[in-house]
Amino acid sequence: MKADIAPRLQLRGITKRFPGVLANDDVSFAVRPGEIHALLGENGAGKSTLVKMIYGIMQPDAGEISWNGHPVTIPNPKAARKLGIGMVFQHFSLFEAMSVLENIALGMDERLGPRELSRRIAEVMETYGLKLDPQRIVSTLSVGERQRIEIVRALLLEPQLLIMDEPTSVLTPQEVEGLFATLRQLAKRGCSILYISHKLHEIKALCDTATILRGGRLVDTCDPKAETSRSMAEKMIGGSLKDIRKGEGRSFGAPRFVLRDLSTRSEDEFGVAIDRASLTVRAGEIFGIAGVAGNGQNALLDALSGEVLGERADAITLDGTAIGRLSPSERRRKGLCAVPEERNGHAAVGDFTLADNAVLTARDRLGMVGAGLVDRRKARSYTDKVIGAFSVKALGAHSLAGSLSGGNLQKFIMGREILQRPSVLVVSQPTWGVDAGAAAAIHQAIVDLAAEGSAVVVISQDLDELLSLCDTLAVINEGRLSSPLKVGEASIEEIGLLMGGVHGTEAEVHINPGGGVAVEA
Amino acid sequence: MTTEMLIAIIITVIGASTPILIAALGELVVEKSGVLNLGVEGMMLIGAVTGFAVTFTTGNPWLGIACAAFAGMASSMIFAFLTLSLSANQVATGLALTIFGTGYSSLFGQAFTGRPITPFRSIFPPELATDPVLRLIFGHSPLVYFSLIMVVAVWWFLTRSRAGLILRAVGENDLSAHSIGYSVIGVRYAAVAFGGAMAGIAGSCFPLLLTPQWAERMTAGRGWIALALVVFAAWRPFRLLAGAYLFGLVMTLELYAKASGGAFSFLPAELWASLPYLATILVLVLISLRRAGHSNAPACLGKPFMPAS
Repeated sequence: MKADIAPRLQLRGITKRFPGVLANDDVSFAVRPGEIHALLGENGAGKSTLVKMIYGIMQPDAGEISWNGHPVTIPNPKAARKLGIGMVFQHFSLFEAMSVLENIALGMDERLGPRELSRRIAEVMETYGLKLDPQRIVSTLSVGERQRIEIVRALLLEPQLLIMDEPTSVLTPQEVEGLFATLRQLAKRGCSILYISHKLHEIKALCDTATILRGGRLVDTCDPKAETSRSMAEKMIGGSLKDIRKGEGRSFGAPRFVLRDLSTRSEDEFGVAIDRASLTVRAGEIFGIAGVAGNGQNALLDALSGEVLGERADAITLDGTAIGRLSPSERRRKGLCAVPEERNGHAAVGDFTLADNAVLTARDRLGMVGAGLVDRRKARSYTDKVIGAFSVKALGAHSLAGSLSGGNLQKFIMGREILQRPSVLVVSQPTWGVDAGAAAAIHQAIVDLAAEGSAVVVISQDLDELLSLCDTLAVINEGRLSSPLKVGEASIEEIGLLMGGVHGTEAEVHINPGGGVAVEA
Repeated sequence: MTTEMLIAIIITVIGASTPILIAALGELVVEKSGVLNLGVEGMMLIGAVTGFAVTFTTGNPWLGIACAAFAGMASSMIFAFLTLSLSANQVATGLALTIFGTGYSSLFGQAFTGRPITPFRSIFPPELATDPVLRLIFGHSPLVYFSLIMVVAVWWFLTRSRAGLILRAVGENDLSAHSIGYSVIGVRYAAVAFGGAMAGIAGSCFPLLLTPQWAERMTAGRGWIALALVVFAAWRPFRLLAGAYLFGLVMTLELYAKASGGAFSFLPAELWASLPYLATILVLVLISLRRAGHSNAPACLGKPFMPAS
């Protein structure tokens, strides 16, 4: 470390308090020029709050920020950009109905004519090998391309510090490689990068230093290359990791849940339709569906749960019974339970109590309704059972679903379905935004359900989750399912190529319905 | 039908279209910023009564227009404060504004009922308007020229200027615009103020351009037509122009049906009178039939801005 050069960014004793929570408690660290510095922590560890203060969206209650050796206050994002701090958000601040050029122009503080701006954009794209068509409308772009807009927008300001907030959560493995190449090149030119993530292997591959936060406090600053993923994870969650316990030598029974050429129509023009999807899930099998966001995961869940009906009844069979034309309630009665991705508003009603939410999906299977009347006592006792079995942190069956944290609500919803002992369970994003402890509990519950002979379908964008949880894997791309791959035999490259689908920029990859991959130059 | 009659009809059509066009242009800008102000009719009535009262007392229609614009803007600020600063429901607040405007204009207009005012004299030398064809170009009220200039101005503002780009961005994705550092509430206040001023001017067209006296509820639901027109035009200024003139034509037909009887008697007069409103409903139904994504509607239209704390 060169001691004579002032750190690009130095934080001393940064503290931020929200009503009821201490989001950041006395956090201090420094980022050197040209360093790729990881900020590591679970959801709710205070990473986002910290970064918002660096970018001027929030102000710290106490502590000092120094920029190139001088103490500064950063009242707003504009001031941050003026200093030379750029940020790429996790949720892109893009305008769907506008062109790439207009989107970039909106992010610029300088006023440039469209021609001058186009020239500068072309220059940045040339330098960093980023490909984008400035005239395209954003709604037609893939997630990776959208991220590139944000990156170009940040790079146009020639930043000295670039903050990347969970940049890879929406990318295919190949797109991640491209992003890392860009970031390394940036660092080589002297730009510091603050890289926020909870993906340990990425941090090991990319970063020079890692600062780990837990519960708003700084736990450790370490060299990620000298640590193991496990040691960093344990620092991050503050305990030892539990592995998923799968039974030894698992064998599968007869096919329980079969799709044969299931197709749906898209509801709106930006939506994706399911195109001739086929799969077979056997008793005891956990079947994963991987894919980049927006490739038909929601459409598939809607089609399986019965919210959107396909044309043919025999496109979906459960233990040999055709259920393709049945409503969600009828499917539940037959033994198919589903958990959609959006928990508040789709899987659960935020303004209802947990007991009422339990009635909504468990009423038929557990006989909570008789003669048109809700049996409150049964609903309450079942809700208490779910709360107990899944250690949901809630005041009781009477608390409102919307008052629970995301992770707790997810545990409740998963518990509500799993304790109904469904023959088939379909879940989308079971651990999205859930802390590691709760995620492990949910994973274990899914494995246990399968061990009892249920067929489970897990739709997730988290490839690591699928690889550790599932027995079989298929990839969904633009509404089409690849043929199944056995987990353990499929390579990450193979899966990544399938996930990339037609979103490649140079070579276009198409997945044939049969599962073969064709690459067109 | 003689050329002169045809030209007379065209001039009537343009006149009838003008208040709708002006109000709709204002509302278009408001909606592009993501705000749905259903109070157009109310603001128009406030503008109408103000325009009339000021012109009546001062004899200066220009001052009348200016005060009508100011009154419309002031009333829109009530709406803006409630919906933008206090996050009240936009639909309910807009409807309340219309009810308020109706009552207010009836109350203050009472004293003026039945009294005439002198509308605008031509801004061009009268010799220019002697020939019937030249009259088509030079024979209109200044309000007509204003409305046409505003079509181009609004189009240029929205598609070519940086401020217009920011306004569209706010209407498209308020949270993103906020995170980039634009003042969502500020932009929306400005847009609502513009919409209010335009609605006020549109209201003043009724006494200053169409019938030079005060009548209760003289805007006769044109504010609602202007609202429908914005949707019909898919938030595009030049389509708005075409749409407004189409409605103007339908409304003029109604007038001719009443006046001439004979040629139009194959349909009862009531049906002719209801044509503009039937056309509005028809247009809205046709638009709903088209797929949602094609409508070009601002994505944040009508949603209150609630930034995460």
